[in-house]
Amino acid sequence: MTKGRIHSLESFGTVDGPGTRYVVFVQGCPMRCLYCHNPDTWAMTGGEEMDPEYIFEQYQHNEAFYKNGGGITVTGGEPLMQVDFLIDLFSICKEHGVHTCIDSSGIAYRPENKPFIEKLDRLMELTDLVMLDIKHIDPQMHKKITGQPNDGILAFAQYLSEKGVDTWIRHVIVPGLTDDDKYLYDLGYFIGGLSSLKALDALPYHTMGKPKYEKLGMEYPLGDTPPMDKKDLVAKKQKILDGIKARRADDGKKS
Amino acid sequence: MRSEWNGFVGGKWENEVNVRDFIQKNYTPYDGDDSFLAGPTQNTKDLWKMVLDLQKQERENGGVLDMDTKVISTITSHGPGYLDKSKEKIVGFQTDKPFKRSLQPYGGIRMAEKACSDNGYEVDPEISEFFSTHRKTHNAGCFDAYNQEMRACRTSHIITGLPDAYGRGRIIGDYRRVALYGIDYLIEDKQAQKDSTGRVMTDDVIRLREELSEQMIALKLMKEMAASYGCDISKPATNVQEAIQATYFGYLCAVKEQNGAAMSLGRTSTFIDCYAERDLKNGTFTEEQIQEFIDHFIMKLRCVKFARTPEYNQIFAGDPVWVTESIGGIGVDGRHMVTKSSFRYLHTLENLGAAPEPNLTVLWSTRLPQNFKKFCAKTSINTSSIQYENDDLMRPVHGDDYGIACCVSSMVIGKEMQFFGARANLAKCLLYALNGGIDEKTKKQVGPKYRPYDGDVLDYDKVMELFLDMVEWQADVYVNTLNIIHYMHDKYCYERAEMALHDKDVKRYFATGIAGLSIVADSFSAMKYAKVECIRDEDGIITDFKITGDFPKYGNDDDRVDAIATEVVHKFMTAIRRHHTYRNGIPTTSILTITSNVTYGKATGNTPDGRRAGQPFAPGANPMHGRDTHGAIASLSSVAKLPFKDAQDGISNTFTIIPGALGKEDQVFAGDIELDLNK
Repeated sequence: MTKGRIHSLESFGTVDGPGTRYVVFVQGCPMRCLYCHNPDTWAMTGGEEMDPEYIFEQYQHNEAFYKNGGGITVTGGEPLMQVDFLIDLFSICKEHGVHTCIDSSGIAYRPENKPFIEKLDRLMELTDLVMLDIKHIDPQMHKKITGQPNDGILAFAQYLSEKGVDTWIRHVIVPGLTDDDKYLYDLGYFIGGLSSLKALDALPYHTMGKPKYEKLGMEYPLGDTPPMDKKDLVAKKQKILDGIKARRADDGKKS
Repeated sequence: MRSEWNGFVGGKWENEVNVRDFIQKNYTPYDGDDSFLAGPTQNTKDLWKMVLDLQKQERENGGVLDMDTKVISTITSHGPGYLDKSKEKIVGFQTDKPFKRSLQPYGGIRMAEKACSDNGYEVDPEISEFFSTHRKTHNAGCFDAYNQEMRACRTSHIITGLPDAYGRGRIIGDYRRVALYGIDYLIEDKQAQKDSTGRVMTDDVIRLREELSEQMIALKLMKEMAASYGCDISKPATNVQEAIQATYFGYLCAVKEQNGAAMSLGRTSTFIDCYAERDLKNGTFTEEQIQEFIDHFIMKLRCVKFARTPEYNQIFAGDPVWVTESIGGIGVDGRHMVTKSSFRYLHTLENLGAAPEPNLTVLWSTRLPQNFKKFCAKTSINTSSIQYENDDLMRPVHGDDYGIACCVSSMVIGKEMQFFGARANLAKCLLYALNGGIDEKTKKQVGPKYRPYDGDVLDYDKVMELFLDMVEWQADVYVNTLNIIHYMHDKYCYERAEMALHDKDVKRYFATGIAGLSIVADSFSAMKYAKVECIRDEDGIITDFKITGDFPKYGNDDDRVDAIATEVVHKFMTAIRRHHTYRNGIPTTSILTITSNVTYGKATGNTPDGRRAGQPFAPGANPMHGRDTHGAIASLSSVAKLPFKDAQDGISNTFTIIPGALGKEDQVFAGDIELDLNK
């Protein structure tokens, strides 16, 4: 069994996948998203090494709370940086019929890395749901927001679609940063082509991560950017939905 | 069958006082959703506006609007009071006008005087003189009998919140009996009980006969009081409005005569629903009318007021009455006990707006109908005003006709009662164990002069041994103090109205309580898994601690420390059980300091878990603030490990969460892309 490098464990997750979930936050992420609310999970070192069996025991302790429509979610940090650990943890989960979910940015996806893809194929057989957080559809903007390109991420979305892995697309809407109507439509147009798309989760930017930056002695990159208003969020989400509809209509014409 | 009962299914309840049998034979479980509910009527809106206005005036007036300083409150001491007689479907106030607080000196004249003077009023000097010279109070009786040690423990707060200067409360009359049987039948029944006592006049028999006589007087007065409002409660209620009114009159008599620490209502919603269903079927009333009756009933319960001192309000963080009403649960025959009226009671939180009183408490079971669970969740999210208790845990002990007194004390309605016993400060007891009975704040010898801890680093086993010895002493002085309190309360401040609505032979729980459990558990965990050095002051008394290293903390579903908490509860209860209890009460304990945790914290020095002197305790069985780091379920799981059999008077956990952490809103996240696209 491969140990995981774990930032923390949360027993009452209600916003990270379907139902009530046991949430595993892994330590380590290569992205540096401007609005990240977990900067304490960035470093590839630190955290605590834990056995998959130990984590599953913790889950089982309170299984009554998760078994009706809930399960385990691994988020972070970037879970796909620890594929071996995920395979071991999810193998135990599937032996016990537990619903498994990964919340990922897709940044670790490297189609040219054959050994990685083999492992990923194995992991996807054990995964019931991937929540893929696409930060931005435009490569330049993506680089600006996260410090990384987005080609691998979009390729990962295609990979999930081809593999038939249930996918939720998440997209954080930050006023003035990721709320441009055209880009939102383009994002929708892209994900409208994914056959495994099951839900769209438009997340309103909030400022609850600010105190963590202060605690870590870091400057908060987004300064005084206001939190996303709920009403506006619904309208912005509609832009993405419009893109999805358009893509589906176009694809329908083609076939 | 009596004509008032036409349409009900008969049974044992026709020939004996047996409300449970009536409910079981006649209630209609409801599995549907909340779509049948009716909004507030214009009368309801008008009356509630008047109440809100009075509340505003009361606040502006510094917390009290009016106080009675001349008339000692009894069931019939005051004429009828109204908000607006023409609009009120359910009537009755404690005094002759709403928001006027009554004078209740039997618990203690000094407390009654102070409650007045602190609010700018003065008790009539003749009344003060009477209760100081001619008629002893409960409070005076207690201090006549206390020994030096009890007084010292009281002053140092190692035993704290004792009901020796105010009404003990926590007794729930079966107010439904007034509605189902009418007063005349209940008096006949009490007379038969009195005639059935033994002929040999032992202390017990004499006391029982006198109490039964007092109960019959109370019943007669109830009838008179109701008549002053133009209501005849001598006979059974004939419809749902009369049933609610009679039930409320029963409760009103209790709060006219007892300013108790908790004056709870019982379990009335499913009982009332039997009448509501019959009236709906007969076309007597519409849904709007029935909801109006219930809204007006709940409105009255929100207007119950007592004269209290600022110190009292500080202990209880406000001015609570604890009008607890227990709703739902599962019957012993397996049918759930949710009815339409269970929904209607909770719906008052929408119709009148959120409020802490009455304390609407859902007896939760995994087997409650899904629609009701959803409605509860929705109402909780909208109003934050519902309390939840575990029916699956309490039903095996109490059956399906129990109710909650105060926040967690369970008792079978009309058959069981409790002697409320405040609580023992276990965190302070741990400090006494280290210091050989010397109080860490006053430096006085309060506890027994046992050998103090003599090392520099706290050794788990050695400290545990000292602690358990000190717990034995604490339990001894605690139980015996309570023996005095309850003897005197029965003698000088007897709850005749509530006890008139009980069986003759009641089961009495002798309640005790624990404060500071999470502090003690974390302290021992620190000794076991980290290093705790003790720091002595110039008198050689341990007053501070230095902790090196980390340790498991209660509240994270970690058995290493949770097992310590469980063990401490068991050991405390075992110590309590060793002692004689007044009237052979069955000893229980609770872990429920919901609000007084702040006051207890002020009275307690630095503790070995790292808590600083004066800092609040965690409320009830909660983990210490900020020490539960694994989320709500792990935190609740630690609490759930505490043994109910050793804490049968209840275990409470105060849970606060921002709505956003409970999940996403429907309009923001549908959870299904097809739903989104087809909107």
